[in-house]
Amino acid sequence: MAEQTDRTMIPTVIADELHIVYRVNGAKTGKGSATAALSRIIKRGEERGVRKVHAVRGVSFTSYRGEAIGLIGSNGSGKSTLLRAIAGLLPAEKGHVYTDGQPSLLGVNAALMNDLTGERNVILGGLAMGMSREQIRARYQDIVDFSGINEKGDFITLPMRTYSSGMAARLRFSIAAAKDHDVLMIDEALATGDRKFQKRSEARIRELRKEAGTVFLVSHNNKSIRDTCDRVLWLERGELRLDGPTDEVLKEYEKFTGK
Amino acid sequence: MSETTHDGGVAVSAPPSPDEGLSAADLAAKYGLSVSGARPGLASYVRQLWGRRHFILAFSQAKLTAQYSQAKLGQLWQVATPLLNAAVYFLIFGLILKADRGMEREVYIPFLVTGVFVFTFTQSSVMAGVRAISGNLGLVRALHFPRASLPISFSLQQLQQLLFSMIVLFVVAVGFGSYPRLSWLLIVPVLVLQFLFNTGLAMIMARMGAKTPDLAQLMPFVMRTWMYASGVMFSIPLMLEEHPKWIADILQYNPAAIYMDLMRFALIDGYGPASKVLPPHVWAVAGGWAVLVAVGGFVYFWKAEERYGRG
Repeated sequence: MAEQTDRTMIPTVIADELHIVYRVNGAKTGKGSATAALSRIIKRGEERGVRKVHAVRGVSFTSYRGEAIGLIGSNGSGKSTLLRAIAGLLPAEKGHVYTDGQPSLLGVNAALMNDLTGERNVILGGLAMGMSREQIRARYQDIVDFSGINEKGDFITLPMRTYSSGMAARLRFSIAAAKDHDVLMIDEALATGDRKFQKRSEARIRELRKEAGTVFLVSHNNKSIRDTCDRVLWLERGELRLDGPTDEVLKEYEKFTGK
Repeated sequence: MSETTHDGGVAVSAPPSPDEGLSAADLAAKYGLSVSGARPGLASYVRQLWGRRHFILAFSQAKLTAQYSQAKLGQLWQVATPLLNAAVYFLIFGLILKADRGMEREVYIPFLVTGVFVFTFTQSSVMAGVRAISGNLGLVRALHFPRASLPISFSLQQLQQLLFSMIVLFVVAVGFGSYPRLSWLLIVPVLVLQFLFNTGLAMIMARMGAKTPDLAQLMPFVMRTWMYASGVMFSIPLMLEEHPKWIADILQYNPAAIYMDLMRFALIDGYGPASKVLPPHVWAVAGGWAVLVAVGGFVYFWKAEERYGRG
């Protein structure tokens, strides 16, 4: 914390009384029958048959440049939803999220295609994240080396569907981490890959922080939170329960979960 | 450490800073932070889209390649699929139903094949458009890019598919005695206009399909009706000879029929003089449809930009 005090704290993400509500179509009556669907259409009015899920309830926090923030909480506590809202991918029901630049979710997987070679996926994934062709060309070798895909033969020229799940996950992380993000959000990505790769990704996350960004990390692995984060937000039922230095929050959290 | 209540304060053991006491909105304004996920203005949206042109092209090519990568014959299907399609239509409409209405075989077969290919271009752009957002929610929810990239990319994929079909079409045309001549150059502007029209339509369908995914079930029927009404397998003026002329006029001015007829006129020797097979002002109408639908579709799509992927 000492180094943070002597430079000005520049906020990167400000969440102000943020509420997120999901709307789920046709889940209210529990009847999926055709007549039920028809009567829903005919009745119209105030969104009948739409069930609301209040996933995040009034969360406020400010994150600063150079911070790595862990998000913890039991399953369904709203961690991933909060990340998507920060990324601007889910609109807020109430409250605001202000961000510096464009926060990105480490979620390049959706742009990749299993039928294409690893090589083409690196290019496609890079373009999808908004890198230019030149940037991708310059980083291509780093991405491949970082993923370690080619350690066991020339796998990068094979279609991704031939990869083992660990290999595919490693390539995905490598592509996503290749870009310098202002604000990077990682959702349970470090659980993949072998121990060696996990170490390498944690090192990469520290590096990204040094490049003056902010990193958010969702994880159920308290150890990887402890290794990478200096601040932790604890969400429970969509509410922010604790916000503070890693050790103190994790101690409370472990008490809560009975570990 | 402090218990956070809803005061919006900074709860870390933060050093006292000059920003103490600023409200969230003021703090954001001070450091130039912007609201996450707001819709950009139309001009900056176009700029963003242009910045993503490499992604749009790469995504369409990737989709095209991935399509047949599991098949043994691989990319050969790009050409074989349209060829088989044309063969089936010829079997049914040419040999069984005799929809040629006295057209010579040298004209009718390229006529039919052109119609099938050109209409398929529009049809598959629409179908891909319906699913452009609703079928790629994972992508929309994970990454940031102007969403119009998706419908544009899918139309571009269909355009590349059509270019493969054009190879078949040229072979068929030459095989039935229409040799390359100057008018073949007209194919280029026709394709450009039709591509604009299709892209606009795909964007309209993408927004509607994002809100109502059920459209994917409905659209095949709409498209088939449109196909039969546009004279894919028959000549509209010949078929509707004994009906009032205004019916044929309306059908002939529908965009699908316009682009098909222009393509046939450009390609097929002996299809007939322009005055007989093409309605008056045909180029103006073709351009008008393209600009109207492309611009309208783009603006319509952009209006809902921040709402795609919600829920």
